Amino acid sequence: MEPREAFATADELAQRLAGTGYLADDSLATVAWLALRLERPLLLEGEPGTGKTALAEAVAAALDVPLIRLQCYEGIDSTQALYDWDFPRQILHLRAVEAVAGDGRRDVAAVEDELFDQRCLLARPVLRALRESPAVLLVDEVDRADDEFEAFLLEVLSTWQVTIPELGTVSAATPPVVVLTSNRTRELHDALKRRCLYHWIDHPGLRRELEIVHTRIPGVSETLAAQVVSAVQRLRSDHDLIKPPGVAETLDWARALQELGASELDLETAAASLGVAVKYREDAERVRAALERILA
Amino acid sequence: MSTAPAHAADEVLLAFARAVRAAGVAVTADRERTWLEAAAAVDVGDQARTYWAGRATLCASPSDLERFDQVYAAWFGRQRATASSRRPSAPTVSVASLDASGEASGERDPEAVRAQANSAEVLRHRDVASLGPHERAHLATMFAQLKPRSPRRPAHRHTAAPRGLVDARRTLRGQLRRMGEPGPIQWRRRGTCPRRVVLLVDVSGSMSAYADSLLRLSHAFTATGQPVEVFTLGTRLTHVTRALHQRDAERALAACGDAVPDWAGGTRLAEGVRAFLDRWGRRGMARGAVVVVFSDGWERDSPMALGEQMRRLRALAHRVVWVNPHRGKPGYEPVQQGIVAALPHVDHFVAGHSMAAFEELVEVVGRA
Repeated sequence: MEPREAFATADELAQRLAGTGYLADDSLATVAWLALRLERPLLLEGEPGTGKTALAEAVAAALDVPLIRLQCYEGIDSTQALYDWDFPRQILHLRAVEAVAGDGRRDVAAVEDELFDQRCLLARPVLRALRESPAVLLVDEVDRADDEFEAFLLEVLSTWQVTIPELGTVSAATPPVVVLTSNRTRELHDALKRRCLYHWIDHPGLRRELEIVHTRIPGVSETLAAQVVSAVQRLRSDHDLIKPPGVAETLDWARALQELGASELDLETAAASLGVAVKYREDAERVRAALERILA
Repeated sequence: MSTAPAHAADEVLLAFARAVRAAGVAVTADRERTWLEAAAAVDVGDQARTYWAGRATLCASPSDLERFDQVYAAWFGRQRATASSRRPSAPTVSVASLDASGEASGERDPEAVRAQANSAEVLRHRDVASLGPHERAHLATMFAQLKPRSPRRPAHRHTAAPRGLVDARRTLRGQLRRMGEPGPIQWRRRGTCPRRVVLLVDVSGSMSAYADSLLRLSHAFTATGQPVEVFTLGTRLTHVTRALHQRDAERALAACGDAVPDWAGGTRLAEGVRAFLDRWGRRGMARGAVVVVFSDGWERDSPMALGEQMRRLRALAHRVVWVNPHRGKPGYEPVQQGIVAALPHVDHFVAGHSMAAFEELVEVVGRA
């Protein structure tokens, strides 16, 4: 089924996402649903660990289509995002032709055509997404890539097609669902933002986070989940931490405590397992000093 | 304009988009179109969904969200209890406002913003020693915006470059990878690596008004992660690099305060520089480094001794920069005996009394 038509309302999408273990609140479900309906890329920003990447995975699961992930990094260029020619393979092909037809009777143009054939094409994530669409294309941490790469993405995201000079134009029958995530290490270009629907994901509230813990870690005890979530919420709100723990850290912490066999979060176990939730030495010191108050 | 039922729904929605634009959000025509499409898709009757559709289509950054919420509340007469007030810090630190009473209500007034920008500009040029406690607090936040660039020196190793010497190894390796097929020639060139920066900060009585700012500046240098060493000079020499190696500026300064035993005492500059050279400098720390001395040049001991030590320092270091807070003041003449003795052995003699002067200093060090 086409992604555009898959869900009649935002509520339906939210339910299906919940079915895959992702609890989207009303706002996120609406925006994600609009992205599907209007066939627009969805730009998600927010603190690390608030579930930006997980949303793309959940949407792919809910639509039952493949998830194609493009991790951005400094210096990424179109040969890593789009396509590349398999040079060794082309050379191998030439040598093979030499060996087989040594008398030179073969048509030169035909051999050249064979070199730039689908066989020698290495499809990278964006091209794969266009070819395999319907699919979900996750462009992760786009803020890490350079400006030039943004301009290149812009071209693909607005036309949904890619031109390979030797092969012709590849266009998607149905545009893939595109999710871009950014940690705001730098401001994205306006032109790219304009193509996208924008949503800022906040840390979830106490209730919602508790639900998330129960959904993601089925065996966790009621008291442990409540204690971990309220401790994390307190860390986020009243301590000036360099990196406040995200939902991912909450889940890791609860899982770690479960593995340790703790039925509730006391001073000792909290101090021992703090490294799962707090990842800076300065933060750890600050939290350790105030641990009693946080757990109270 | 009103939201009277006589208007078509689209007209109301479009007018709303214009209002959001008027509030300072960059709403372009194509965004307006997307907004109309989105509103049609979610059914305009549904208030909550329309709200989220508007936020997603008209906004592009966290600061837009706040403006959008205000216009929405005014336009549709409903206050949305929206997500938490915690917003991300922008990638750059915003310019601090000078006016401590600048409340949230006035902040979005463009006039007020302009006034604040101006006062921050004024603050940049004010003498650090003349600031009140409020202004000092604002100035402290401005140090985060200083991004010192460390000077570079040629490295021993070669790196790939668009031109230079032929990189035979890389060219041949590439050819092997292509199964013997010749390809483009690769080039190499000597790379660069960061040059060490050594900061000697005078914390004696005559410099006490500047000590806080200078240590904040030193913290900004150490925070670059490049090789930087910091010492304080007073009646004795103290190595404070380790104390400053903390992310948080306030804590770094507190640790530094604990480490330095001779705040606001006398100055024995020559003795301090000599101790630095004998214990650290000659063993390698000053060799080829950019050494920055922050001092007004008031010297208790004989000026000749200071001249001699500066000559030794100059012989070891790549560049010696002398920063004198008084230099930026009108009518300043380098007449203190210490300065007179030291100046012949100094490459750059710069001011260091205001944020603007610090910015210049950062430039001078980066280019040294």
